[in-house]
Amino acid sequence: MSSYVAPLKDMMFVLTELAGLDKVAALPGYEEATTDVVEAILDESAKFTGGVLAPLNYSGDQEGAKWADKAVTMPKGFKEAYAQFVDNGWNALGGNPEHGGQGLPKVVSAAVQEMWKSSNMSFSLCPLLTLGAIEALELAGTDAQKAMYLPNMISGKWTGTMNITEPQAGSDLAAIRSRAEPQGDGTYRIFGNKIFITYGDHDMAENTIHLVLARTPGAPEGVKGISLFVVPKFMVNADGSLGARNDAYCVSIEHKLGIHASPTCVMVHGDNGGAVGTLVGKENEGLKYMFVMMNAARFAVGLEGLAITERAYQHAVAYARDRVQGRAIEGSASGVAIIKHPDIRRMLMLMRSNAEAMRALAYSVAAAHDAAARHPDAAERAHNQAYVDLMIPVVKGWSTESGNELSYLGVQVHGGMGFVEETGAAQFMRDARITTIYEGTTGIQANDLMGRKIAREGGATVKAVIGMMQQTRGLLAQQPGAQFVAIGTALERGIAALSQAADYVVANYGKDVRAVAAGAVPFLRLMGVVSGGWMMARAALVAQAKIAGGDADPFFPAKIATAHFYADHVMAAAAGLASQVVQGGASALALDEAMF
Amino acid sequence: MKILVPVKRVIDYNVKVRVKADGTGVDLANVKMSMNPFDEIAVEEAMRLKEAGKATEVIAVSCGVTACQETLRTAMAIGADRSILVETDVELQPLAVAKLLAAVARKEAPQLIILGKQAIDDDANQTGQMLAALLGWSQATFASKVVIDGDKATVTREVDGGLETIAISLPAIVTTDLRLNEPRYATLPNIMKAKKKPLEVVKPADLGVDVAPRLATVTVTEPPKRSAGIKVADIAQLVDKLKNEAKVIA
Repeated sequence: MSSYVAPLKDMMFVLTELAGLDKVAALPGYEEATTDVVEAILDESAKFTGGVLAPLNYSGDQEGAKWADKAVTMPKGFKEAYAQFVDNGWNALGGNPEHGGQGLPKVVSAAVQEMWKSSNMSFSLCPLLTLGAIEALELAGTDAQKAMYLPNMISGKWTGTMNITEPQAGSDLAAIRSRAEPQGDGTYRIFGNKIFITYGDHDMAENTIHLVLARTPGAPEGVKGISLFVVPKFMVNADGSLGARNDAYCVSIEHKLGIHASPTCVMVHGDNGGAVGTLVGKENEGLKYMFVMMNAARFAVGLEGLAITERAYQHAVAYARDRVQGRAIEGSASGVAIIKHPDIRRMLMLMRSNAEAMRALAYSVAAAHDAAARHPDAAERAHNQAYVDLMIPVVKGWSTESGNELSYLGVQVHGGMGFVEETGAAQFMRDARITTIYEGTTGIQANDLMGRKIAREGGATVKAVIGMMQQTRGLLAQQPGAQFVAIGTALERGIAALSQAADYVVANYGKDVRAVAAGAVPFLRLMGVVSGGWMMARAALVAQAKIAGGDADPFFPAKIATAHFYADHVMAAAAGLASQVVQGGASALALDEAMF
Repeated sequence: MKILVPVKRVIDYNVKVRVKADGTGVDLANVKMSMNPFDEIAVEEAMRLKEAGKATEVIAVSCGVTACQETLRTAMAIGADRSILVETDVELQPLAVAKLLAAVARKEAPQLIILGKQAIDDDANQTGQMLAALLGWSQATFASKVVIDGDKATVTREVDGGLETIAISLPAIVTTDLRLNEPRYATLPNIMKAKKKPLEVVKPADLGVDVAPRLATVTVTEPPKRSAGIKVADIAQLVDKLKNEAKVIA
């Protein structure tokens, strides 16, 4: 199968030149994240993911996770790879140093996680869920819960899950029915069925720590009556050793379109007397805690859109260089590699330029997250947090929608062989498919963006971001050459389209929310496309400065050419998307429901 | 017992090597550089000896430009305790490197020096042997197995047509072959710790070594491009060509 070579050069470029790694390393507690250390970390992570995780991607897909007797067996090699992953300390990268973590900033873990996801998306979901569970326990757990669970979860010796969804409660968590009965000794017995529980059971770790949403007796109806519980697969004794098997079992796994190696479990709690759990945080506030981990998970799923695009791109480039088919369109003596064909070139450029744009946006959001958490100045924290809140649905929704389109193109580059599973291109397309669905569909992200993140505050943050884009536009106008004219013009048109659509959303959200909401996804995509164009424009400016300073690295002219392509081919969509938002609401809703 | 592990910074094995247009050498501008893979095996072997209680300290040493510090940090991330950079911008040839390493060895007094049998950039396969000669120590080259017992080492060597096992007295030089071990991945905590481990920088002059090149590179060229094949009419013609043109059968 194809190899994965982490795009270290672009990753370091984005970290140091666009995301401001030096500023992150200046924040209290992040002093160790200097450029040389981060480079050494990414270097080794590239070796590990390329050498250990990537070779299991295709075999894991073909074999799939297996279920028998209420237990899941992982595909061949996963258990050993996970042990090595834990032994080498990768799970603890961003963990709290008080509990054995390395305490590195999110901007560094974003780059490392991109590698996990590119090399083996199914594998990466296990640490993703563990990290989410750690986050919730850090936020709301008692000292005793933290001491009992965090060290082993941060190291990765134990893994974590989020038990949220129930058959009748998917996007609507108000419908959750699982119940928790207090036992009078500080513990609860949990009863209920949960579905779509990623890594709900597996054989890679000795214990699995479930975070379960359930209702206590007499809790209010709807979202205000949901509490969060920690329910271990094996009870943990006071001395830290493992005790009795808890009454939380995986009763089946789903047969899915993609991510075959990631077990998606149906969990039954309490079929034999009740699963023992303890309350996390305050009663009835479970959803609040869940949303904290959900935001982190949404960002991580956004990285999946980027990661799968990068892997599909590498796979497609390798094939396009190798596959000889047809003469050159302008004429050639013999057959040429298909990478010579203009349409193949266009598809590869779409994959490449979007991957670079997504990476720049995602890492910049991660850096803002670090500043929001650690900046000594409260105003800086608030301003960075607003940027993160605005951009998380964009990173999630736009990157995953793009990841689907681009992994589709990856198959297309391969022609007929792409449709054949053995080629490996199809797996990326199948694996990408879930990313626009889980952790909130694109529609949910778009509603969050338009409602909570824009309309509620009258568009203050989005306008501030548009202001930053205009500054970049100003700088582009001072650069020499036709490429910068094209990049600058496209950004100007993109900004105009985004401003128009944002103004429309702010002005009409209160008046005609249904019409506005019909344009929510086009708006999210518009925001993604233009933010990506802004990032590519910033990258081109840095590249131009390097060239002007005498740097002969071919990376820089390639960056400008890629930004130019993005301006010509991707930014062109902005005006159309804005028109969908501003004019498209009425026609989307015109037909009576009975007409469908 | 101290072990000295010389490590070389070379063009990364994944990089497609290009010759400079003027034929003066290989183009190293803006290409990824890494530790010579045979030296990684040497660091790994030293670590295994330390973990087995046979060695007390592992010292990595590199000779070359300032950026070789990265290579030394990599060695320390794998587990070397400290490192020494002999810093110079002069193009170093194997004899100069061997002289520098001999000077470092006289200062550090290791019992064992383990290094790659050759570097993947110039493939010289000379440094270990020259170093042994300069120090007057035993040498065991192309090692695929190393067993230390007191002041003796038993080393299995990969030689033409098989394996040869020799016993040598310490102090000694061992050069590593591909099958000696499989190097580990550095752990994240060790990568972080590597930054804080001591890295001493000395100059060739501090060691009293003249590193001026003794050989001049006349020209560097890419291997000839493979030319198109031809179709033979029949087996007789094929046999004729193999015999008389390619001269691969008698």
